Amino acid sequence: MNEKLVTVGIADCNVVKGTGKLVTYALGSCVGICLYDANSRVAGLAHIMLPDSKALSQNTQTKKFADTCIVELVKMMEQIGAKKLFMKAKIAGGAQMFAVKSDSQIANIGARNVEAVKKTLASLSIPIIAEDTGLNYGRTQYFDVETGQMTIKSGLYGTKVF
Amino acid sequence: MSIDKIDNLNEMHIDVLRELGNIGSGNAATSISAMLSKPVNISVPIINIVDYNQATEMLGGPENTLVGLLLMLEGDVRGIMMFLLEKDFAHLILNSLLGQNLKSFEEVDDMGLSALKEIGNIMAASYVNAISSMTGMVIDISVPEISIDMVGAMLTVPLVHFSSVSDKLIFIQDKFCGGIDSAEDAQSHILLLPEVDSLNNMMEKLGLSI
Repeated sequence: MNEKLVTVGIADCNVVKGTGKLVTYALGSCVGICLYDANSRVAGLAHIMLPDSKALSQNTQTKKFADTCIVELVKMMEQIGAKKLFMKAKIAGGAQMFAVKSDSQIANIGARNVEAVKKTLASLSIPIIAEDTGLNYGRTQYFDVETGQMTIKSGLYGTKVF
Repeated sequence: MSIDKIDNLNEMHIDVLRELGNIGSGNAATSISAMLSKPVNISVPIINIVDYNQATEMLGGPENTLVGLLLMLEGDVRGIMMFLLEKDFAHLILNSLLGQNLKSFEEVDDMGLSALKEIGNIMAASYVNAISSMTGMVIDISVPEISIDMVGAMLTVPLVHFSSVSDKLIFIQDKFCGGIDSAEDAQSHILLLPEVDSLNNMMEKLGLSI
């Protein structure tokens, strides 16, 4: 296996074309968004941490937020030949790792991230064709450019293919 | 000199945090040692100002599975406290308290989870009490919440919590080693992640501000 494996860190995004796999490790309340244009065989993966770039007054990092990072990923994909019209999305993550009640910022963040991702994708008219979100466990997300498959690995629930 | 950003901590601040970590973890180790009737060793705390990636690397990589206990600190010191227990350490606790033999995390039942939570509660209370009596500050802790999962996923919780302040975390990391013979290297880590204003309060109470 000397396939190309591109790692996407937290608050980051990356693209591959032709062959290879994208991976992002240990999504908790964060959401991983795979975008895929099967025609040009361009795939992108974004790992967002927070829902809304407008909620913070001083932000320099566009890749941290659902609204800005997805837009940026779409641009990156278009630069290497993808068409937004053909893009489809598969998303994962947005879990609630701890059942905290006292702190609403922590308690709802996973669900708010998922909601923001869906809203942003809808505004770009990119359909979501697979989803593995919510609940209370961490996920590692792989995306294979050749097959268009998203593979989710978790500690206690094994591996699932979408 | 008040601290406005986490990146601005100087050597002296770091020394103070290290000492607080020392006192806290010393107290916590005594409690847990009494509960388990076993010696528990602690290391000198490591204070690091790190980003998320460095933090997960320090804890065995993002996919390393640990028992995580999350407690919120409220009152004069606000922030997050996390206990991260390696599998061996969780085994040590469950074996001592319940006579269970833990081979994998899948075997932890409700009783086990409850025992681990209780240990977290006791360790946190004794840790925080030490800091509280040294600084004269009132610190309340919430009931611990538990998760057994990838450390990378659990660490996003403090990261999100502090995201409006900084991308970096002040990491007061204490290591506990338990085991009957010293060859047994069962480790756990305590992370204390204070809010910036609470940090300033603490420094002030200890006469270190301005």
